[in-house]
Amino acid sequence: MEGDDEGTFAAATGYEAMYANGDAGDDPRLPPTPRSGKAAVGGGGDLMDVEAYAALYTGRTKVARLLFIAERCGNEGMQLEAFRLAHDEIKKGEDSHLYREAMAKIGDRLGPRYAIDQVWADAVDRRAEVRKEKLENELNIYKTNLIKESIRMGFNDLADFFYAHGQLGDAFKNFVRTRDYCTTSKHIIHMCLNVILVSIELSQFMHVSNYVSKAEQTPEQLDPVTHSKLRCAAGLAHLETKKYKLAARKFLETGHELGNNYTEVIAPQDVAIYGGLCALASFDRTELKNKVIDNINFRNFLELVPEVRELINDFYASRYASCLEYLENLKPNLLLDIHLHDHVETLYTEIRHKAIIQYTIPFISVDLHTMAGAFKTNVAGLEKELEALITDNQIQARIDSHNKILYARHADQRNATFQRVLQTGVEFERDVRAMLVRANLIKHECITRAARKP
Amino acid sequence: MAMESVEAVVAHIQGLSGSQEEVAHLHSLLKQSEDALRSQAARLGAFLHQLDPSVHTLGYLFLLEAYSSDPVCREQDGDFLLSIVEFINSCSAEQIRLAPEKFISVCKSFKDKVMQLQVPIQGIVPLRTAIRKLQVSSEQLTTLHSDYLLLCLLAKCYKAGLSILDDDIFEVDQPRDLFLYCYYGGMINIGLKSYRKAWECLHNVITAPMTTLNAIAVEAYKKYILVSIILNGQVPLFPKYTSSTAQRNLKSHTQPYIDLANCYATGTFAELEGCIQTNLEKFQSDSNLGLVKQVLSSLYKRNIQRLTQTYLTLSLQDIANAAQLKTPREAEMHVLQMIQDGEIFATINQKDGMVSFHEDPEQYKTCGMIEHIDSSIHRLMALSQKLGSLDEHMSCDPAYLTRIGKERPRFDFDEFDSVPHKFL
Repeated sequence: MEGDDEGTFAAATGYEAMYANGDAGDDPRLPPTPRSGKAAVGGGGDLMDVEAYAALYTGRTKVARLLFIAERCGNEGMQLEAFRLAHDEIKKGEDSHLYREAMAKIGDRLGPRYAIDQVWADAVDRRAEVRKEKLENELNIYKTNLIKESIRMGFNDLADFFYAHGQLGDAFKNFVRTRDYCTTSKHIIHMCLNVILVSIELSQFMHVSNYVSKAEQTPEQLDPVTHSKLRCAAGLAHLETKKYKLAARKFLETGHELGNNYTEVIAPQDVAIYGGLCALASFDRTELKNKVIDNINFRNFLELVPEVRELINDFYASRYASCLEYLENLKPNLLLDIHLHDHVETLYTEIRHKAIIQYTIPFISVDLHTMAGAFKTNVAGLEKELEALITDNQIQARIDSHNKILYARHADQRNATFQRVLQTGVEFERDVRAMLVRANLIKHECITRAARKP
Repeated sequence: MAMESVEAVVAHIQGLSGSQEEVAHLHSLLKQSEDALRSQAARLGAFLHQLDPSVHTLGYLFLLEAYSSDPVCREQDGDFLLSIVEFINSCSAEQIRLAPEKFISVCKSFKDKVMQLQVPIQGIVPLRTAIRKLQVSSEQLTTLHSDYLLLCLLAKCYKAGLSILDDDIFEVDQPRDLFLYCYYGGMINIGLKSYRKAWECLHNVITAPMTTLNAIAVEAYKKYILVSIILNGQVPLFPKYTSSTAQRNLKSHTQPYIDLANCYATGTFAELEGCIQTNLEKFQSDSNLGLVKQVLSSLYKRNIQRLTQTYLTLSLQDIANAAQLKTPREAEMHVLQMIQDGEIFATINQKDGMVSFHEDPEQYKTCGMIEHIDSSIHRLMALSQKLGSLDEHMSCDPAYLTRIGKERPRFDFDEFDSVPHKFL
């Protein structure tokens, strides 16, 4: 998005404070009013309600997200809030390593109550050692007994233990090992879901894709919740590998039964946002209408994030200024999301380009001043953007720079065909002549070689 | 004794230059007396006057060849050039073709003399006549072709070279001839600024079959890179029929040019200039500096041409900015030049300082265009037929069939065997 803030939290252009687009009352991501204890950014701009945001998630992803927000946001108040919440969450768990890391980052900014608790950390470590030994012994016993189910449970317990202690690599290995001892489809699905969870944490999305397909191949019918979970995971994998169209499709197919069942990975608001943005960036109009706007199932998700619903509708109805405004408002929060942050720029550029292309389609000539107004930019900038799109062959048009008008241009098929024909003729002639000379040369070399033979 | 043999030879020549069989007989006699003639080279000058080149061509040729192979005679004889020119003009073509190597060696010493005296232009017309007489058909390449082109290049008479270059060459006796011929041909076309033809010639040099790398190919590749950049903005990859020797080795010998090509691709003028500066001596020592300068100016052209694809009208100031020129005035000069060369279609409005770009006005509706298309079609059909007949000829060739027969898969008894057994 040209001209606007690029990655820092503080919004440079003055927004109306606390835009209220649609019904923001039930959306925890956007604060209706600034809460006490958090410094509002001077002049407006939105603040994410960190506590409410964190409440959407559970488990390790909650901590990861909080730490990410703390790192990325430029606001002192938010940062401290995030650190505090992260600290409380970590203390509830058993990961001493993560605790130490987080405390190193926090330092002593949170005050004496949040000083590093060495005692607790060491106690956790000792407990961990004991438990690990116990689990490993049990596992050995089970292995000698050769009862499949117990071995599977043993491995699972060990893997869960490793997971709780932040040793993700070991957790992954152990989950994968349970595969050999799975007897029913339920076991397989259970194993797949666990592996997927760990892989997402480890950012190894190849594995995520693999195990999603494995889980879907089970003969048994999946229950809707699991199905939705798998869809989300698949969508996430595609998103990370930049396959936005596929990601959009997966997110759109997620059933609303997902609800709050997958909070250790993703919240339903995220499904709406990821799905909506990817769809906007990669679908054409028909697909957008059929799969997003008319999609009753997805509507449930969109209700949770009204901005996305509004901006999709605006885009479809060609109200580009409004659509782009919504996008701008969403941007700071999206940059704090661990999965989406490095795709925000690409997606936004794509959406903007799509908007520009769509704008120019119905017209033979377009006044650049009007268009610049619609896209909230100046004529020079717009001209540059158009030039890039025309060179890329996305728009068939020419710019009249003198009068600042864009003229549609339709290639003359007849002339183009003649040109191509003549060109092909020239190339054919050149290639055949060269070929005949070469053939002749080779023949002579063969002949000389043959002649030299006795 | 020695004198007699020469006299005897002369007498034979005079006597046996009548019919075909006599000439053949004469030919064998002459071959026998070659050494004798050579040893008496100094004296041959006088005897030459006794013979008539148009009738006694073969004999004259032998004598002349022996005479000219002797360096002393060459130096001393002021009329050396004249006598050869006269010979070439009046000799009979069939008799020459009986002893082509002799003829070629005479012409070579002629060319050397001309170059030594630094009057290459004098050699052009005689050599052209010589080529026409030596060629069996206009599609044949002789060793003289490259000498001729060399003289044209030295004398800067490029148009003279064109008349020979325009002939399509299909038959090549000596692969080595082709390299020099195409290389010089490329240089002549560069001199005439017909870059497309130059590209074709140089392309033939580098894709010709070769088992060992030769210097001509390396030099040709350097020029090929520069011409490719001027024509298309980039250097194409080696086509798959290029010999593996060329593919492996050519790039390592031409590094500065490849750097130039990469620099060009990024498109900024300053970088390109910088690149040229760093490699200046190398370009100069290869005498490619003129071509390199043209590469530089082609960068502007390419940038301006890109603008024609996106804009209908554009101010001169914007053109100057987009093409990285310094002033609108310079932009105007460039655009004007390009319009004159027919590279773009535009009009300049000086009052507003605007340039309007137009579409190619060619509508493909004129008689001239129809004729052009028609003649192209005929030419291509003839070419295609030639190709077809070559293919047929090859499929009947015994060597080919033997090779195919050995490698064919073994079928069952009652399957149709594609190769007759006598070739196995």
